[in-house]
Amino acid sequence: MSVAAKSLVFHGAVFVLLFLAQFIVSDYAALSLTRIMVLAVYAVGYNLMFGYAGLLSLGHAMFFAAGLYTAALGVTRGGWGVPVSFAAAIIVGAVFSALIGAVALRARGVAFMIVTLMFSQAAYLAVLYFGAYTRGDEGIVVKDDLRKFAFAGLDMDLTSPVLRYNLALVLLMLAVSLVFWIVRSPVGRVLAAIRENEMRTAMLGYDVMRYKLAAVVVSGTLSAASGAAFALMFGYAGASFASIQYSIHPLLWTLLGGSATVLGPVLGTAMMTLLTDLASSYTDANLLAVGVALILTVLFFPKGVLGTLRQKWLGWLP
Amino acid sequence: MRLLETQSLRKRFGGLDAVAGVDFSLDEGEVRAVIGPNGAGKTTFVSLIAGRVTPDAGAITFAGADITQEPDFKRVRRGIAYTFQITSIFANLSVAENVALAAGGHDGAGAGSALARVGLANRAAQIAGTLAYGHQRLLEVAMGLALSPRLLILDEPTQGLSDAEIASFMALVRDIARDATILLIEHNMKVVMELASRITVMSRGRILAEGSPDEIRAHADVRNVYLGNG
Amino acid sequence: MSFLPHLLLAVLEGTVAAAVLALSALGLSLVFGVMRVVNVAHGEFFMLGAMLAWWTAKTVGGGPLIGFLAALVVAPAVVGAIAFVTERLLLRRIGYDPEATIVATIGLLFVLQQLALTVFGAEAKPVAAPFTYRIALPWFGYSGYKLFVVAVSLLLLLGVWWVLARSKAGLIMRVTQFDRETATAFGIPVNTVYSAVFVAGAALVAIAAVLIVPIQQAHYLMGGDPLLMSFIVVIIGGLGSIRGSVVAALIIGMADGIISVFFTPTLASIIATLSVALVLVWRPQGLFGNVAR
Repeated sequence: MSVAAKSLVFHGAVFVLLFLAQFIVSDYAALSLTRIMVLAVYAVGYNLMFGYAGLLSLGHAMFFAAGLYTAALGVTRGGWGVPVSFAAAIIVGAVFSALIGAVALRARGVAFMIVTLMFSQAAYLAVLYFGAYTRGDEGIVVKDDLRKFAFAGLDMDLTSPVLRYNLALVLLMLAVSLVFWIVRSPVGRVLAAIRENEMRTAMLGYDVMRYKLAAVVVSGTLSAASGAAFALMFGYAGASFASIQYSIHPLLWTLLGGSATVLGPVLGTAMMTLLTDLASSYTDANLLAVGVALILTVLFFPKGVLGTLRQKWLGWLP
Repeated sequence: MRLLETQSLRKRFGGLDAVAGVDFSLDEGEVRAVIGPNGAGKTTFVSLIAGRVTPDAGAITFAGADITQEPDFKRVRRGIAYTFQITSIFANLSVAENVALAAGGHDGAGAGSALARVGLANRAAQIAGTLAYGHQRLLEVAMGLALSPRLLILDEPTQGLSDAEIASFMALVRDIARDATILLIEHNMKVVMELASRITVMSRGRILAEGSPDEIRAHADVRNVYLGNG
Repeated sequence: MSFLPHLLLAVLEGTVAAAVLALSALGLSLVFGVMRVVNVAHGEFFMLGAMLAWWTAKTVGGGPLIGFLAALVVAPAVVGAIAFVTERLLLRRIGYDPEATIVATIGLLFVLQQLALTVFGAEAKPVAAPFTYRIALPWFGYSGYKLFVVAVSLLLLLGVWWVLARSKAGLIMRVTQFDRETATAFGIPVNTVYSAVFVAGAALVAIAAVLIVPIQQAHYLMGGDPLLMSFIVVIIGGLGSIRGSVVAALIIGMADGIISVFFTPTLASIIATLSVALVLVWRPQGLFGNVAR
């Protein structure tokens, strides 16, 4: 089987498993999985920039929050209804990431990291500053009746766990497919070349800035989509989602699962979420357990779980 | 036809004029060697032409167009290809993938013939980082060729090569010179004298002398600058 | 208070903020500059230093001055030891890989934060200054201890600069920073240098914490801000440039202090963060950094 075919089968299998899981696991686990899948879109988006284009952003929470608040404000204050709010969030995410990218990409290397961090921090502070609209730390609660909508002639209710689970799964599949397609396309090869040797890539006639900007926009838009889905499915948008911790999360999840792999971020998101939940249920000292787990993982899987697996045994993993 | 021209080109680093007002011209079809002692400004000069460095003053014209403010990748698209002095390839990709990137992402004929011309066709699947040094240099040249350049700039291409490799390299350059103009920085005098149709000598950021190999060989100033008789 | 005295107060507060910032960033600058790794737990070393200062003062008794002096010994020693263990058992084993180090030090961050919470508790812990002396200016009184902190910071910065610029140890560190492989070729035990630098960086930030904790309070969540600010200062100043870190700390600390006095802290932070971003967009190598080789 060719490399491409193996990857398709592998990814397909993962999604089939995820689909079937909802019938097997408990309601609580299904809720967890829904959360994981929505947040995994955030991580998958992040990884396109980080693992494939080699751009380390420390401010992705601002993109997540852009989607989160656009969707939340759209249904609560704008009266737009779920589908329109979601679409609006995507557009806002795309425009916002294009603007930020155009400015931030002028800073190279470590400076880029800090610039993204700074813009994100400014965005977080702005959320607090404009508390009249965003309700700051307290956050916006999206009431249940606002999360019902009609789509393609069907009545949908986002408070229904079954609908949420499957929509989250569809969203994740779309995100993963998009990244998978980009990574295997000529654009993806150029991005990899830029990550590997930017100077050389420019001297081969490629407009490096444009490729990087494209990566930032796709990445930011996916993150915004994740934020919007989160607000609409779980009914809450709060300032903490724009904080630095929330920018570190996708980095952490991606590194854990394996950067430069398509499913690594999904695995990493799942690992961290489950780890945190597990640790909380057993002990009050959950941070300690998570910290130890992180240290152990990085000692045995220095390139992330999937990254190390690919390095050692499964060379065909995309 | 005049392919490349610079007027009063200047580049300063800190307090030093690396390139101190250079008027230079290159005709199509030439094999021009740029020589000079270390620190003469040769690499800075060709970096200015390739667009890797922006000039502080002066102008650069290529095929009649003013490219002074153009970024590096645009100059590549106009037909200027540059091979790095310190080999700069994609070490983790295969030889074929390296050249394919140069050929605009197409794996087809352009990339394949470039590899064949430098003699690396049989190593297409090998990971570039595992190549011997001499072969990595050849890969650099192949990548330059795959761009179908009008002007190929080679920055100290024979550095670190064995005599046999240098000999086959010279044959390669003669072959390339049939389709492209070549601008070559070299320290190896044997290579320069045998390959170059014209030689430009630089010293301290300026052009000291220009002429045919025989003229340069007999030039007193050039001898002084190299042997320090002055 | 009219404008000028207000401004003077703002400048004094800014100077203290800058001194604190410079000290906190110093350790990170060394580690980041020489080892090229990001220690995300840097802020937790600071927090531990502060906690240990409180604990030492409480345990030793004999008044704030004795407690302070004892803390100056205990805090860097303990934090340095933790850093040593981290470097040996963790960082060395992952080969100082930048990405892996980020994950590992995030793990360390969680561990240290949890330990602090469990051992010391969640409440903020005030620490008395070793001496109280109010400098009576015509318009307001100002804490003599704060000025003392500025003076000590200056001394420490000069001391570190002297070691780096004038001593053999400093030369070895700078060589290792410049080119690790060449350093090895010259017989420099790079791993030992890394150990020393990591421990020194941790000890420095612990000392900074001991100095600062009488002005703030010790709290198990206090590590976030120093981490963020130190990181910013180091990048703005330019990687590997102590002078750059100091200048950056001065500018950022001063600006933050002054704006905070005249406007709301939130607005001040927004302006500060955007300014930092713009500086880096304009000059990515930082104020004194070298453009990447």
